[in-house]
Amino acid sequence: MHRVVITGTGIVSVLGCTREEAASALYHGRSGIVAEPERLAFGMRSCLTGSVRNFDPARHLSRKQRKTMPDCAVQAHAAVMDAMAQSVLPEEILRSDRCGLVFGNDSSVIPALDQARALEEAGSTEGMGSGHVFRCMNSSVTMNLNILLGNRGAGWTVAAACASGAYALGQATDAVRLGRMDAMICGAAQEIGPQAVAAFDGLGAFSTHPVPEEASRPFDADRQGLVPSGGAAALVLESYVSARRRGATILGEILGFGCSADGESLVVPNATGLAAAMRMALSEARLLPSDITLVNAHATSTPLGDAAEAANLRAVFGDSCPPVMALKSLTGHELWMSGAAQVVYTVLMAERGFTAGTRNFHCGGGGTEGIPVLDRTLDIPPRTVVCNAAGFGGSNAVLVVRMGCPA
Amino acid sequence: MQEKEIKDIVDAALADEFELDRASLVDDAHIREDLGLDSLDIVDLVIVIENAFNFKLEDRSKLAGIQTLGDLYRFIRDIYEHKSFVEK
Repeated sequence: MHRVVITGTGIVSVLGCTREEAASALYHGRSGIVAEPERLAFGMRSCLTGSVRNFDPARHLSRKQRKTMPDCAVQAHAAVMDAMAQSVLPEEILRSDRCGLVFGNDSSVIPALDQARALEEAGSTEGMGSGHVFRCMNSSVTMNLNILLGNRGAGWTVAAACASGAYALGQATDAVRLGRMDAMICGAAQEIGPQAVAAFDGLGAFSTHPVPEEASRPFDADRQGLVPSGGAAALVLESYVSARRRGATILGEILGFGCSADGESLVVPNATGLAAAMRMALSEARLLPSDITLVNAHATSTPLGDAAEAANLRAVFGDSCPPVMALKSLTGHELWMSGAAQVVYTVLMAERGFTAGTRNFHCGGGGTEGIPVLDRTLDIPPRTVVCNAAGFGGSNAVLVVRMGCPA
Repeated sequence: MQEKEIKDIVDAALADEFELDRASLVDDAHIREDLGLDSLDIVDLVIVIENAFNFKLEDRSKLAGIQTLGDLYRFIRDIYEHKSFVEK
């Protein structure tokens, strides 16, 4: 089994389009959530959303390249290029069949609507244009990146609802750990737009708080729902031996990956499934719960979801739960992307020596009582971190990461 | 339609859609090899031309023989001469 390390990260998110911007927002507790009143006119209950600002797709790729890509795939490409630049991944690794690519993604709704509109306007399929088929597929991010990067190794897509990103990193880790690949470019992407989340809004799951920055309140007694968000997060994972051999800067190590399904409800998480995934990840990491110094929670700010995560944390950590950080208080729920973004954010904080606080947390309630939520930024880097992700269908995925360069 | 007018419309449409340098748009430029258009671009080229001239071709299969920009200019000139199009 090979040790798996992180040598690069990239992020295009509602907190910023570069690592520096996102890290600054994390440190200062700046929210990426805004109100879009047009969502109400569109028929939605909530006008709140995460907003990726100042990202110009035309600055990154040509029109010809972009015509087969949804916006989140262009964002994924930008994040990947940043991650590869930080990793200084050499061409001979990138272009070999020992370097692969896996991204998490579970929808491409907006391109599907574009496709239907194009057919209606053209009146025949031959007048629709060439890009729609490639933009509509769940694997759109991976397939486009395969071509843009010249990938010759494994290339696939993971769909596991809001655990997609964590699953992508977990499977990338497995590929390196098993020796199938020496390096993996991995991450996840999430489209943003009212059409993409309209039916989700119809379930009453979104916050309608009047103040956008105060709407996402993970674990807080007054939480009332999530805020949809998105963007793209990317990492370069590599075998420890490969990274050492080429003198790469090692940002952290993925020690363990765990996954499970609740097997109960489509929408309501139970009190045991996520705990099973946490235990599996800890077991692979050969760590005890007491070795964990921080939990980077899934915590989406829904009443039932956060209560369930609290129950799962109690099941694993008992009365000795380490500090719990809930970054969706700043980002909103990045859905498919969130599990990958959590690890990127953790690396950004470790590099800069701080741990971000959870915005809008005042006191637990509704099942989250007693969870030690970190409510302010500390000038201490995260060390050994459990990153949780959970999604519809009871999908759970957990990564245990240790920051810094391993001995 | 005058030949220069056809050329101007085609060049403007191609430069915009495929982000091509106007200087590369010469009569003997090969559409695939010199301008770099691939099979997907050719699908879009038809739509771009139809939108630029605000017509629909009666028979798109005739485009298959076009190799160079000069061929494309002549193809459109012939279309106008024979009125083998439907106005949009």
